[in-house]
Amino acid sequence: MTVTRPATTATISGLAPREGATVELVNVVKDYAGHRALTGVNLSMAPGEFISLLGPSGCGKTTVLRALSGLESISDGRIMIDGKDVAHQPVNKRDIGMVFQAYSLFPHLTVQQNVEFGLRMRKVDAASRRTRAQEALDMVGLGHLGERYAHQLSGGQQQRVALARALVTRPRVLLLDEPLSALDAKVRVQLRDEIRRIQTDLGITTLFVTHDQEEALAVSDRVAVMRDGNIEQVGTPEDLYTQPATSFVATFVGLSNPVAAELSGDTVTVLGIPLPLLGTGPRDGAVTAYIRPEDIALASPDAVGAGIPATVVVSSFLGSLRRTQVRLDDGTLLFVQHDVLVRPATGDRVTLELAGRPVAVSVRE
Amino acid sequence: MISSNATAELIDPAAVAATTPSPGPIRVSRARFAAEPSNLTRRVILIVVGVVFLVPILAMIEFSLRVGQPVKNVQTYGFAHYLAVFDPANNQAYANLFQGIANSLGICAITVAIVLVLLLPTMIFVELKFPRLRRVLEFICIIPITIPSIVLVVGFVPVYSVVAQIVGSYPWTMAFAVGIIVLPYAYRPIAANLAAVEVVVLSEAGRSLGAGWGQVLLRVILPNLRRGILASCFITVAVVLGEYTIASFLSQNTFQTALLLVQHTDPYVAVIFAVLALVFAFVLLLLIGRLGSLRRGGTRLSRRSA
Amino acid sequence: MTVATPLASATTSGVGNISRRRSVVWLGLVPFAAYVLLFLAIPAVLAVGSGFFDSTGKFTLANLAAFANPQILQHFWNSIWIAAVTAIAGSVIGAVVCFALLGTKSDGFLRTTVDSASSVLAQFGGVMLAFAFIATIGAQGIITKWLISIGLVQNVFNNFDGKGVLLYQVVGLLIPYLYFQVPLMVLTFMPAMEGLKSTWAEANATLGGTRGTFWLRIGMPILAPAFFGSLILLFANSFSSYATAAALISSQAVITPLDIKQQLTSETVVGVSNTAGVLALGMVIVMIVLMTGYSALQRRASRWQR
Repeated sequence: MTVTRPATTATISGLAPREGATVELVNVVKDYAGHRALTGVNLSMAPGEFISLLGPSGCGKTTVLRALSGLESISDGRIMIDGKDVAHQPVNKRDIGMVFQAYSLFPHLTVQQNVEFGLRMRKVDAASRRTRAQEALDMVGLGHLGERYAHQLSGGQQQRVALARALVTRPRVLLLDEPLSALDAKVRVQLRDEIRRIQTDLGITTLFVTHDQEEALAVSDRVAVMRDGNIEQVGTPEDLYTQPATSFVATFVGLSNPVAAELSGDTVTVLGIPLPLLGTGPRDGAVTAYIRPEDIALASPDAVGAGIPATVVVSSFLGSLRRTQVRLDDGTLLFVQHDVLVRPATGDRVTLELAGRPVAVSVRE
Repeated sequence: MISSNATAELIDPAAVAATTPSPGPIRVSRARFAAEPSNLTRRVILIVVGVVFLVPILAMIEFSLRVGQPVKNVQTYGFAHYLAVFDPANNQAYANLFQGIANSLGICAITVAIVLVLLLPTMIFVELKFPRLRRVLEFICIIPITIPSIVLVVGFVPVYSVVAQIVGSYPWTMAFAVGIIVLPYAYRPIAANLAAVEVVVLSEAGRSLGAGWGQVLLRVILPNLRRGILASCFITVAVVLGEYTIASFLSQNTFQTALLLVQHTDPYVAVIFAVLALVFAFVLLLLIGRLGSLRRGGTRLSRRSA
Repeated sequence: MTVATPLASATTSGVGNISRRRSVVWLGLVPFAAYVLLFLAIPAVLAVGSGFFDSTGKFTLANLAAFANPQILQHFWNSIWIAAVTAIAGSVIGAVVCFALLGTKSDGFLRTTVDSASSVLAQFGGVMLAFAFIATIGAQGIITKWLISIGLVQNVFNNFDGKGVLLYQVVGLLIPYLYFQVPLMVLTFMPAMEGLKSTWAEANATLGGTRGTFWLRIGMPILAPAFFGSLILLFANSFSSYATAAALISSQAVITPLDIKQQLTSETVVGVSNTAGVLALGMVIVMIVLMTGYSALQRRASRWQR
């Protein structure tokens, strides 16, 4: 799978794009004393692709990233960059760029000196270092801050410097370890778009670790959802959202309402309404169906016909939409997402309609 | 079960295995890039330094176990000197030493009292009511390091001639001078504890729930300062027991001055007590260490930088 | 005094009730302030100021001639070079030990033991360390005896420079002083070492650096302010140390602290009174210079290690 790049690409001399590397993780296993952190991870990345590793704390996503960087060793399996097994290579020979979560800038060096550091390690001469570092800083919009020190910069600015520092050496692979987690919400959104833009311009194969599913969906070509040391599903953001492969993915990515249902063949009966089954299902019988809030509608009060009666618990205004929590007559709580112009009040009786989209199910315990 | 899309995008491991040879489990040494030393380096350094520093202590123990002069270059060992300490026949000879120990313990008690009754309340008071003075208080408690006891004692001599006229020249009066010397050591554990505990917020919470200041102090603040207070007291005891300069200049009989005196007549007893005192202080400080690593400052909020 | 001056900067409005309540609250600081005044401020002023007064109580600068006395000057110089040598050696060895401890669990058995032992040796050893070294390298010391037994009847420890036992000479002070300097370095420098963030080593590695480049370009530059700050602290500590020297060298004064003791008991410098005060003044000036440098470096160091 290749990434479509815009026709015009950045051609700043030191940072001219080149083909990103292919990356393959084959059956990667990592054991720590006592427990197995990675249980055989398989992932392949196409040149220039932006893949996010998404999952809750402890799922192993950071371990995968660090194994790829060389900061962690692996117990078994293979790590291939451009077809070559790099597991024997120490960190400093792997030609990767890495952005850490926080505190990675060297405090005693200026921003310019920080960015030049990688070039210095590669014995680039002083004049070229200066030019290339300046270009990298310009690329992240901080060209004027070269003489500052890390503690004089905001969190967002520090991460941009870290990005420039990682990219100035034109590495084959870019690794980002939750780079936005320590930042304010607004800065986070700004910076993630910038990272994506720069990455696309340069065509670098990128692995991005995050626990924020909205972030992962927004910037990635593909997302790999991880859980307990392995990848549950890899796919485009849309695929993950509309066709979750497991109940974990269904509940982790985006909001969904788990509702008791019955499965019979290809039909899932939810709240009395038959819906098509998404994918292939477990054996017939009691299941839990996952309905997205936007797949439930509030029918107008004077509409006739079958609908599911419910009482409004509370309605939240979220700017561009409303999310209303309702309680069914049997006590089940559901979230409904709808237009802002409809303003349900607590206690209102409403009727719910389900959109006909296929639903994912899992066996009900 | 739901079919997992996970495998659709992946490379077939069997195909890869067929084309590339398997090197087996990989171990990249972590220490190759970390700041930490390798295990070997660590062990070598610590063992060498550890042995060098143990030698004088072991020498003291060896010395105290010597019985008589060596005969034909062979030294006999035994506990004769240890037993001599408890022998009532020697009470006269060691009377000065035991008196010095008793005096030191008395000074300890009063110095600890000074810390608990003067320093601690003032520190809490400043923290709650006069946060701006925190720097001043810290400075005051650091002064005894800048003006060492050998200098201060030049001023203590005239001051204590006045004190002697008022209350007499008892050993316990020395506690006031030693209390000053102890300030830097006693200040730090309590200050670290105060910083870690956010006393202001807690007392505001207590007051908003209806507690008076006395109750806040007793039920909210002091229980949370237990570690710092205990550490402070232990350090105070250790400092007092090891104090020599002031006692020497004020011509008082304390543990350390008595030790030095008795060394001329009976070096064995001197060494025995020295070892015991060092071990005692070591155990005291070990206990402080186990009380918790509050010395590192705990959690500091940005307000701290007043 | 030192506490009263910040009164002016209190920002409460001076309106009626509030200012009256505030001034009552100030009373809470009085006990501690009185204690500090009586036993720190007054002795300090007396110690440092007495050098400016002659035997009749008149203000004079003539006493400063004490520093022209060659013996006094020689002893001052001894204090300085002993402090310098033990500070440099102590800080290097201590830094190496800190390096060896990097990465160990901070509340593990090794660290708590090392911390406690360092605390004891650095701060409370005094007289007892003198005994330890008499037992090690004194005339009857275990190592001296071992050297004799292997044939070196006249060795470096019992006949140094032709003047007898090394330990009782000026140069001999270096060894016991190092014994408390190295632990002090470990105590004061370890927090700085621990402040080296792991992300810096990892970033260095991902950017292509080796462990060598890490220490050369990152580790050592970042640690430099803290290292030199600790070095200054070691210098100050050695310079102001009294007990160990007093226990070892009782016959004559060879360093300034011993001079102070001698001058307080029997003035021997002609035409100068209050020599002890003058010497105290000299020491305080040196200490103030040192501590100013130290706090400047501390501020630098803490800027980088949040």
